[in-house]
Amino acid sequence: MKKILLSLIILIIGITFIGRLSYLQIFRFSSTTILDDTAIKPVYDYPERGYIYDRNGKLLVANQAAYDVMVIPREVKPLDTLEFCKLLKIDKEKFIKKLKKARIYSPRLPSVLVPQLSKEDYGSLQEKMRKYEGFYIQKRSLRYYDTKSGANVLGYISEVNERDLRKNPNYAAGELTGRTGIEKQYEEILRGRKGIKYIQKDRFNRDIGPYKDGIYDTLPEQGKEITTTLDKTLQEYGEKLMHGKRGGIVALEPSSGEILALISGPTYDPSLLVGRERSKNYTKLYYDSIANPTWDRSILAQPSPGSPFKTLNALVALQEGVLSKETTVRCYNGFYVGKTKRGCHCGGGLRNMTSGIQKSCNAYFASTFRKIYDKYPTTDEGMDVWEKHMKSFGLGNFLGYDLPTGSKGRIPNKAYYDRAYGDNRWASSFIISNSIGQGEVATTPIQLANMTAAIANRGYYYTPHVIKKIENKEISIPKYTKPKYTTIDKKHFEPVIQGMADVYRKGTARGLQVKDIEIAGKTGTVENFTRIDGVRTQLTDHSVFVAFAPVENPKIALAIYIEHGYYGSRYAGHIASLLIEKYIKGKITRTDLEKRMLEKTLEHEYAKPYSGEPFKINEYAW
Amino acid sequence: MLGRTAIKRIDWFSILLYALLVVIGFTNIYSSTFSEESTSIFNFSKIYGKQLMFIIISIVAIIIVLALEASFYERFSSILYSISLVSLAGLFVFGKTVAGATSWYNLGFFSLQPSELAKVGTALALAKYLSDIQTDIKRKKDQFYAFLILLIPAFLVIPQPDPGSALVFFALIFVIFREGLSLIYLGLALFTILVFVTTLMFGTTWVGVSIGLLMALFYLFKKKTTKIPIIPTISFYAIVIVFSLSVNFVFNSVFEQRHRDRFSLWLRLEKDPKKLEEIRKTIGYNTDQSEKAIESGGFLGKGFLEGTRTKGDFVPEQHSDYIFSTVGEEWGFIGTTTVVLLFTILLLRLVFLAERQKNPFSRMYGYGVISILFIHYFINVGMVIGMLPTIGIPLPFLSYGGSSLLGFSILLFIFLKLDANRLNEWN
Repeated sequence: MKKILLSLIILIIGITFIGRLSYLQIFRFSSTTILDDTAIKPVYDYPERGYIYDRNGKLLVANQAAYDVMVIPREVKPLDTLEFCKLLKIDKEKFIKKLKKARIYSPRLPSVLVPQLSKEDYGSLQEKMRKYEGFYIQKRSLRYYDTKSGANVLGYISEVNERDLRKNPNYAAGELTGRTGIEKQYEEILRGRKGIKYIQKDRFNRDIGPYKDGIYDTLPEQGKEITTTLDKTLQEYGEKLMHGKRGGIVALEPSSGEILALISGPTYDPSLLVGRERSKNYTKLYYDSIANPTWDRSILAQPSPGSPFKTLNALVALQEGVLSKETTVRCYNGFYVGKTKRGCHCGGGLRNMTSGIQKSCNAYFASTFRKIYDKYPTTDEGMDVWEKHMKSFGLGNFLGYDLPTGSKGRIPNKAYYDRAYGDNRWASSFIISNSIGQGEVATTPIQLANMTAAIANRGYYYTPHVIKKIENKEISIPKYTKPKYTTIDKKHFEPVIQGMADVYRKGTARGLQVKDIEIAGKTGTVENFTRIDGVRTQLTDHSVFVAFAPVENPKIALAIYIEHGYYGSRYAGHIASLLIEKYIKGKITRTDLEKRMLEKTLEHEYAKPYSGEPFKINEYAW
Repeated sequence: MLGRTAIKRIDWFSILLYALLVVIGFTNIYSSTFSEESTSIFNFSKIYGKQLMFIIISIVAIIIVLALEASFYERFSSILYSISLVSLAGLFVFGKTVAGATSWYNLGFFSLQPSELAKVGTALALAKYLSDIQTDIKRKKDQFYAFLILLIPAFLVIPQPDPGSALVFFALIFVIFREGLSLIYLGLALFTILVFVTTLMFGTTWVGVSIGLLMALFYLFKKKTTKIPIIPTISFYAIVIVFSLSVNFVFNSVFEQRHRDRFSLWLRLEKDPKKLEEIRKTIGYNTDQSEKAIESGGFLGKGFLEGTRTKGDFVPEQHSDYIFSTVGEEWGFIGTTTVVLLFTILLLRLVFLAERQKNPFSRMYGYGVISILFIHYFINVGMVIGMLPTIGIPLPFLSYGGSSLLGFSILLFIFLKLDANRLNEWN
């Protein structure tokens, strides 16, 4: 025992040590990477974010330099605080407080003392910076907007939050990412790829040189520039016209599906969400829950389409062969559903397709709608056919455009009504409101614009999109370059377009003609309701207008939706004519319309439901 | 003199293991202290340059050790022991203080730590005393004198303060065990440690109850014929309880906070994870960092000069007491296991050599060498890999330090000289 005691202990200790070492170095080691090593710090080299241009190569979004004044508390030598504060344009107490905070964070690591100096302040500070040891200036890149428009479609960037970090390990805290619009949709293209330098740290977290002489380092890759389909002039002009109005405008080029303008009112200057005041401004915009400027009405709002929807019902009826363009219907200043009479403003009399569209006759389209359903033995079958036709125009579902948000809209189907009324408990008379674009149908402005483009193209459309070129190379994404055909034959479009042209020539929009441009359009006046203190209350009608021009070889198709703008030819119609003229002619001859739109606001309408007092709707006074 | 036969008979296997450990040590000292500006290993202003110089000095010392007559060590052991004691005592007057410990003599170009050499003197003196024909280790008086030989240097180094070295002198008790001291002492010592630790962890009540239960079980299952001496048993139990009670007193009133924190960390006494983390970051900083460095090495290690934590100086004292963490980071599990195996093989080899000695003095000295090397290796590696509380003693042959390398080399090679000489006892 005595002879082997020590040997035994030596062996046991040896085995114990190896056991502990295998626990530490094999089991606990697991799969740690270079980034888990606290002795190595990755330093990122950020590339410049790509610029954004409009369709004509005009700059929309670029970058600007901002300058942060940094401090390493340990290296600060006694200084003339007063003079330095004057240069930094902050008061002494704030300076001392900030310095103290930086020291608490870390005496050895740099902290931001004053963020985002302007170029001018930087200039005067730069020469004197040498005098202040422990301080230095760090350049940062911020977004610069060369326009006050397009905030809704361009989007903005902001620092990544914890959720982004969890979702995408390529980001590090403090980095920026696109939040909405194009900035979000094309984040990866615009962002480029950051370069990484691995820096070896000592135990005080000080740099002691590159790790392994930089063999793992990578160079940054520049962000790519994007040319959008937007027309800067049109976008800016449209936003000017939207002054004091709420609603959405979408303008498309029918021959390509390119989005020329995407306007939401009210909007805001995109520069508000850049720089020192960003979070203050964002909070203000975000919590304005009544005007809701951050809510993009052009792609998110989904009101009933109103009368422009009649054109689709006409097309479906022609395609189904339930009537011809000559078929007439008598309007008795309204029509009967069972024993109840529904009104019509067209003036009464015999109506055929062209005049029905031109005068927007409710009776004509109620009859048309019924005929579609009466063709089939059951309403269910009729419903299926109707739904299929409608959906072929891109309604009732996401369109597939390249922006990160959207709404589906609604094309009601039999399942929808079965839920509402019960199976076999409804018929075409229940859903007759859909004939005139009221009732259960709902569309977003961009869907309406796309529908108009499909009519302008006589039967097909391209999925709307904002991307035109990446680094000056035309995109070739099949989704955006291959036409999508509707279920309506080309020949059926002419009478409908004829009616739409007549709307301008002698119909509901005859006061809005533009010299030398033949426009086809359709007004819409959409009844709408809200709840005030639990009571269903009708508000002033929404003003809706769809149009395309010229009638032959259309260059622009648009949909305009103005909340509580009363009848279609008022606000929406005015704006439509002005935008078409601006886009095609480049200048405005109808200065009377322009003056009216620039001056008039609807703020008084929007205040009504919140006034707490009884109010009148649909007042005629301009 | 160094005859041809002596060279043949010397145990080259042990020398090979020794050489490997020294080379591994130098390699890792170089890695943990080199800087980009100067990479020449002959730069004597650098730590690794100095270590190279110490290696050369040690080789010279080894040659002298081997050149001397084997009988010299036995004959002069008392004198060497006396010199050791005087040099330790002299520290109180002439000592130089480094990092709070007055353990060095300043020799101008070189600081000498006499405790390293005193280990040699003490091992020699103990072997000499025990091998004396007059000594009978079964006698209490002789046991007392043997203990005294260890305790005098131990008590001389405690106030320096250098509790680590004191522990090393205590470790020589293994020699006495080998020569016949009853193992009951060892059992008692282990039992004391067990009661101490369990009392800290679970409290006196639990310790008292469980020891009482164990005794009751033993009583129930004993053979009918075995008589239990009632009074000694009860008084033993009483002593245990009193000791257990005194543990709390000692821990809370005699220990200083830093000692308490070390135990708190080692035995995970602190239940609040936040406070435990706090202790880990402060008092346990060294151990925490060295564990992390070793862990980050993984199976194969990061490679020579590639240890990021070594380069960043995250582990304090990495070139001296914590050199094993550099091995762990740069050479991985392969490296650490190699070092552990080298030590295990060297120690077992030395046990084998000791056991083959005909001369009792040589055998006992051999056991002294083994005890001293083993306790250093055990405490140092145990501390660096986080199994034992922090006690600052170097890892033999690997850690940076002239005195320790010189001391360990002389210690080992005196034994190898004695071993080489085992066949011509009459010389």
